[in-house]
Amino acid sequence: MTSSSNSWLLAALLLLPLVGAAVVTGLRGNDRVAKLTALGFSLAEFALAIGAWIAYAPDGARIQQHFSFDWIPAFGVHISFGVDGIALVMIAVIGLLVPLVIGAGWAEKLPEGRTAGGFFALILLEQALTVGVFAATDVFLFYVLFEIMLIPMYFLIGSYGGARRQYAAVKFFLYSFLGGLIMLASVIALYVMSADELGGQGTFDWATLVQTVSDAPLSTQIWLFLGFFIAFAIKAPLVPLHTWLPDATAEAPIGVAVLLVGILDKVGTFGFLRYLLPLFPAASEALTPLVLVLAVAGVIYGSLLAVGQSDMKRFVAYVSIAHFGFIALGIFAFSSQAMTGSVTYMVNHSIATGMLILVIGMVIARGGSSRIADYGGMAKLTPLLAGTLLIAGLASLSLPGTSSFISEFLVLVGSYPNAPVYTIIATVGMVFAALYVLWLYQRIMQGPLRGAALVGATGGAAPATVEGGGGVAVATEPETKKILDLNSREKWVLAPLVLLIVGLGLYPKPVLATVQPSVDATMCAAGQTDPVQSAERQLQCP
Amino acid sequence: MTTTLAEGVVDASGAASAAWLLLALPALGAAVLLIGGRRTDKWGHLLGSGTVIAAFALAVVTFFGTDFAQQHNLHLWDWISVNQLVIDFGLRIDALSITFVLLITGVGSLIHIYSIGYMNHELRDRRRFFAYLNLFVSAMLLLVLGNSFVTLYFGWEGVGLASYLLIGWYQGKDFAATAAKKAFLMNRVGDVGLALAIFLMFKNFGSTQYTEVFAAVGDAPTGLIVAIGLLLLLGACGKSGQFPLQAWLPDAMAGPTPVSALIHAATMVTAGVYLIARSSPIYSLPQAADARLVVMIIGAVTILIGCVIGCAYDDFKKVLAYSTVSQIGYMILAVGLGPAGYAFGILHLITHGFFKAGLFLGAGSVMHAMNDEGDIRRLGGLWKKMPITFWTWTLGYLALIGFPFLSGFFSKDEIINAALGQEGPRGWIFGGVALLGAGLTAFYMTRLLILVFLGKARWTGLKSADGKDYHPHESPTTMTVPMIILAVGSVAGGFILSMVLPDFLVPAIGEVQETHGALSHTMVGILAVAISAIGAGIAYLIFGRSEQPVERPQRVTFAVRAARADLFGNHLNEALFARPGTWLTRALVYVDNRGVDGLVNGIAAGLGGSSGRLRRTQTGFVRSYALSMLGGSILVVAALLVVRFA
Repeated sequence: MTSSSNSWLLAALLLLPLVGAAVVTGLRGNDRVAKLTALGFSLAEFALAIGAWIAYAPDGARIQQHFSFDWIPAFGVHISFGVDGIALVMIAVIGLLVPLVIGAGWAEKLPEGRTAGGFFALILLEQALTVGVFAATDVFLFYVLFEIMLIPMYFLIGSYGGARRQYAAVKFFLYSFLGGLIMLASVIALYVMSADELGGQGTFDWATLVQTVSDAPLSTQIWLFLGFFIAFAIKAPLVPLHTWLPDATAEAPIGVAVLLVGILDKVGTFGFLRYLLPLFPAASEALTPLVLVLAVAGVIYGSLLAVGQSDMKRFVAYVSIAHFGFIALGIFAFSSQAMTGSVTYMVNHSIATGMLILVIGMVIARGGSSRIADYGGMAKLTPLLAGTLLIAGLASLSLPGTSSFISEFLVLVGSYPNAPVYTIIATVGMVFAALYVLWLYQRIMQGPLRGAALVGATGGAAPATVEGGGGVAVATEPETKKILDLNSREKWVLAPLVLLIVGLGLYPKPVLATVQPSVDATMCAAGQTDPVQSAERQLQCP
Repeated sequence: MTTTLAEGVVDASGAASAAWLLLALPALGAAVLLIGGRRTDKWGHLLGSGTVIAAFALAVVTFFGTDFAQQHNLHLWDWISVNQLVIDFGLRIDALSITFVLLITGVGSLIHIYSIGYMNHELRDRRRFFAYLNLFVSAMLLLVLGNSFVTLYFGWEGVGLASYLLIGWYQGKDFAATAAKKAFLMNRVGDVGLALAIFLMFKNFGSTQYTEVFAAVGDAPTGLIVAIGLLLLLGACGKSGQFPLQAWLPDAMAGPTPVSALIHAATMVTAGVYLIARSSPIYSLPQAADARLVVMIIGAVTILIGCVIGCAYDDFKKVLAYSTVSQIGYMILAVGLGPAGYAFGILHLITHGFFKAGLFLGAGSVMHAMNDEGDIRRLGGLWKKMPITFWTWTLGYLALIGFPFLSGFFSKDEIINAALGQEGPRGWIFGGVALLGAGLTAFYMTRLLILVFLGKARWTGLKSADGKDYHPHESPTTMTVPMIILAVGSVAGGFILSMVLPDFLVPAIGEVQETHGALSHTMVGILAVAISAIGAGIAYLIFGRSEQPVERPQRVTFAVRAARADLFGNHLNEALFARPGTWLTRALVYVDNRGVDGLVNGIAAGLGGSSGRLRRTQTGFVRSYALSMLGGSILVVAALLVVRFA
């Protein structure tokens, strides 16, 4: 076994949620204790993630907190984990979102026969596996975790979701699993090639593979590239491989939708950066037009479909498809600005879209419907909820002052020099983003009170007589529904996200400084240089 | 200790180094009021007004305590920095920005005070109103104070948000929500232009900071400079309601009147003029001649559109809104003239800020007194009931139509003169449009004056929309005092500013280029006044001598119908974008559900027989498969670990 300094932090990050999952499973009998325990574990995990971030030295080695031991010696498979700046920020985002998801799911109505303990145990298990996917530095280990990661998610959707949950879960599983199988072929081919190259024993070690197979002939690279690309393009859904996401998002419980869109999907774009570019630099460059076309098509197509949705949860899925288009554009435009933008986009999208889904969940929890047409004028009843929906929406349309602006701006300004036409089309997507966000907000929150979910409802806030200072009781009619504004648990769930959206919008340096060295290394491994030259502050490759 | 960053740009010191407080104060006000919620209801309006008044005081101190022969750069923190791309969060304090800061905080303070009285019907929500106003002031100050195109963009979209929130203030009403959304969307169309201009700057000059971009543009090729100039103009058109993006501004009148005065007359809508004046090192280049010509054309076309539609509307605030559209057209025309016009564009912007804010506040005062009635055919004869409102409004009216020696006279006259001074037919065309616009302005403004304040009181015996009688009354002191101050500014401001402002602005936007047209400056002044007098006289002949009907005449010429329908601009939008867009999204949703998805499902079904059977078998199959895979994986991992560590 080998390890570098601080590797105990990463090991603890991997093990803690597993232990948590086991403990919470054991507590299924008592919902309240199970919930509190799950929350405790997730908060401890978050603290660990912050610790790992502090311990990480951005200017040090690419992969840090590394540890490794043999798994299948006959094939050179290792259980080896380590983080670079990109993986680290994603692990931190997971650490942030899981406690919020647990908090948001506190009062979730689960289908009959399901317990909160089982639900939260699966979430913790999913957390451990996703941390593993981002931290794996052995390609075979990555593949195994990439597939196993589907299983808790399959049960989270299929057992705890909405009416069509079985269909959505199966679709999700088949898409992802088949994509993974195609990737497996490429993974095995990598091993064979490394065996040829190294003479005898091959390897799955990522760093060794980058050095041994990245100069393979272009035709070989293209086949292997496609094997990985299809798996990743399904995960980070690029049009036309996206159709599983709206169904899965719509049927998944709210917290699970957050994990699905906020974290699982990012494995795809993470894979672009970690595997496609360094392992297949020539193919990456040759196939750039393909990826850029899909990316920009996704921006426009996802936006237009988001405008046309009649269901809030499906709406979020299409918004995300548009956003993944931006991320893919930034990665394949090959400049350190755009690529840094894409990585921060992955972080900020998790925060902003995570918040959007959570707020929409709170709307649905009150109105009992996810159909947009069942709402209208809700801001009158729930001004705070309306405000948070607007903040989440503004972050989704990348308004300056929100963290999403930093990433979208970097993606576009960095993509323009190499891919001007694609960038111009994607920039037009900004207008669509304003349209789908503000139109959703208008239909749910503005106008006179209307819609099947709200008609006859009264607000929980102080009655309109407040100016007179009197405490006149509001007459309650039989059909009156009482719709209350955010409660304190919901405020605690949303407040950290609002703070991060604004804080990282004004001062994004902590994230930028953490990821940029890893982005630079990725640029160098892909054999790319920045299109905009400058005398100082140029991208330096070793 | 000052270090030179570029020619004429030094690090800020002294009063200028506290300039960050200018935006921090209102931003803090907004944050306290929004986060504090109901707890701040009692004193929210005082805090909101206080932060802006304090910012104004600070601006005055900065104005007197700083040497504006130089431009001062205040670095706050590294905002966005990735290798070559370095974007400061920083401010530039110079003659141009301090002029705007004084206007924004000065008029802003007056309008905050006015709002205390105006919003007293909505005590529960008043502090949220003040929070949004504070948010606006802060963003607007960032827009004019930022030291790079990206900080400008930050403020640019920030004021767009504040404008959205305030237009949609009466969000329980569908038309307000729709108007707010429309404003944001049309602004975003312009923002795309601004964003693309920024991308071009980074690609070609490696920076987005003013200092570095302006240092590098000199040698840039014509195509690039024209492209940047036109893209910046697109941004300016969106924010400043210029053709073809003017349609949102009249709808924006759905917001409370103080908002119309502050945001949609005095400050935010002039941001496009600021953008072009700030980019004067780009627009002044010889390579930018074609871009300047397009700027002039846009300005001239907008002057006419605004005037023509303004003649036909019966809504008090919408007439003023179209008046704003056309007056900003004058400013855009002026800055399009290049070094001959920048200073006069800014001069007109400042004087317009005063008298148009006053006109809007007067309109608000009337509507406040008349149960929110904005239809000028249902007003009339109000001068007796509301003397202060009437007299202050009349002074603003005289300033706007260019009555000799009031403020609009000086600023508009300079623009007309500079336009006439262009060489060849250009001078006659643009000068002629500017003169014609002056006549039309006098016409529709006189019509407003007569229908609202003079003539017979047509509202007696009518009921308001909420079924009440009209009891017009003069407004409270918090409302009349700001109106009086603005009226004084409308009278005296033009004379004083026209003497000092052009020289004051030289370090920021360069020397004024003298123009010499066929007519002498005095002749131009006399001509402009004469044409205005004709416009006002015609309005008196039509509207002043006979009683006007309360109902809008329906049997009118095609020209009036076209003007009433915004010259069919909205119909065009509807036909070109809205309806095809709706169909497109519907078709795509259908295709995505049936087509793309159906294809995938269909292939799966085709492989496995009937789809129903497939779904059944799949469900059972995947579930057991997943479970066995999970079990298997755990077993394998466990076994391997045992073997390894045994």
